[in-house]
Amino acid sequence: MRNIFLFIRRYFNFLFFLALQALALSFLFRYNKFHEAAFLGVASEITGRVNDRYNTVEYYFKLKKANENLVKENVALREMLRSNYQSADTSRQIVVDSIRVDSLRPFQKYVYLDARVVGSFVSTQTNYLTLHRGADQGVKEDMAVIGPMGIVGRVVNKSSNYATVMTMISRQFKVDGKLKNSGERGSISWDGVNPRFVQMRNIPKSVKVVKGDSVLTSELSSIFPPNILIGTVDTVLSDPSTNFFHLRLKTATNFSTVQYVYVVQNKQLEEQQTLEKATKNTNE
Amino acid sequence: MSNLVRNTIRFILFILVQVYILHKIPPLHRFIVPYLYFLYILWLPFSMSRGWLMVVSFFFGLSLDYFLVTPGLHAAACVLIAYVRPFLVNLLIRQEGAEQSYGAPSINSMGWAPYFIFVLVLTLLHHGYLVFLEWMQFGNFWYFLGKVAASSAISLFLVLITELLFNRKEKYRTNAA
Repeated sequence: MRNIFLFIRRYFNFLFFLALQALALSFLFRYNKFHEAAFLGVASEITGRVNDRYNTVEYYFKLKKANENLVKENVALREMLRSNYQSADTSRQIVVDSIRVDSLRPFQKYVYLDARVVGSFVSTQTNYLTLHRGADQGVKEDMAVIGPMGIVGRVVNKSSNYATVMTMISRQFKVDGKLKNSGERGSISWDGVNPRFVQMRNIPKSVKVVKGDSVLTSELSSIFPPNILIGTVDTVLSDPSTNFFHLRLKTATNFSTVQYVYVVQNKQLEEQQTLEKATKNTNE
Repeated sequence: MSNLVRNTIRFILFILVQVYILHKIPPLHRFIVPYLYFLYILWLPFSMSRGWLMVVSFFFGLSLDYFLVTPGLHAAACVLIAYVRPFLVNLLIRQEGAEQSYGAPSINSMGWAPYFIFVLVLTLLHHGYLVFLEWMQFGNFWYFLGKVAASSAISLFLVLITELLFNRKEKYRTNAA
């Protein structure tokens, strides 16, 4: 027994070093696996507040860009208005449905929350945004985040007033996309090289792809609403060893200038997931 | 200014500079991440015991981690260099008893060449361990080597600039003072 104490005392520094390393690494691995770490809730509340302060300054420098993006989005939405569509064929009449929008609420699948970006760190391998919206405002983990120009990422953590979003340019992020023209689906991820480009795989070589084609979110990605712009095709690389194209997409969102985003909740996600899980269980 | 106050101010300043200036710079290349914050650990006084050195470094790294949402990553690297630091100081110190005569490691107290080696070794260790932890999740060997080399070069450059800008005059302490 005495020897043990002597040993501990003699190698106290080394043992203490090992203990601190173990603690730090356990934080890291638990975070990488489950996206939760000790004190993260409290810490993100504090860092969120500091980020908020900093953002009040940075905000003005990006205001012009943010405005432009919002105007562009407005134009796109305006083009979808019913009054813009008029058929030349007057024998057919468009009838306005008498159902009030309010009564459609129970059927609304996606609910949008606006949020301001107060912190962005987009210079490393896993890139995050901090939003000034949190659990108190109804933000939950795994909600989709889209910006005025296209998709942004996924909520991974929340405190009571702030939430952190893993952006599309993170190694662990994956989203299911489709080509707008042909509807061919493929999975999209980031290879960590250039923050303006993401990679799309599993597009068969039989599909015609040209530079500039739009890639949208597919109906398969359960958290993102379908048909939201992900990016446009920049280069088409054809891998001779497989039957698939390897597309390089330019992201629709510029992550270093994005100011306002929408947090999207899929109200029917839980039902879908329960069903899928039950099916999986019965098959096993 | 007492040591405690000075180091507390430095703690906050280094974190803020790292988070809001160096991490806001648009990435030049995927290999280059400009790190300067670990200079705080290099500047801690000689008189701190190794245990305290590690505790302070752990919390220093962890506070950066919470800003960058990588809990534990920088903390692990900081604890490593805090553990190795006293060995290096013992090896590189110029003359007997300089640890008592001077407050903290600097060009003044250690001399140009030993201080440069001190910074170089700890920078390489810090970056090596940091990138190694990242490398375990993805990347290949060339990614590892390239990133350690490029980031260390940038860091050494930043340390040089900081040392030239903020000339820390380490006074020779005598018993009389």
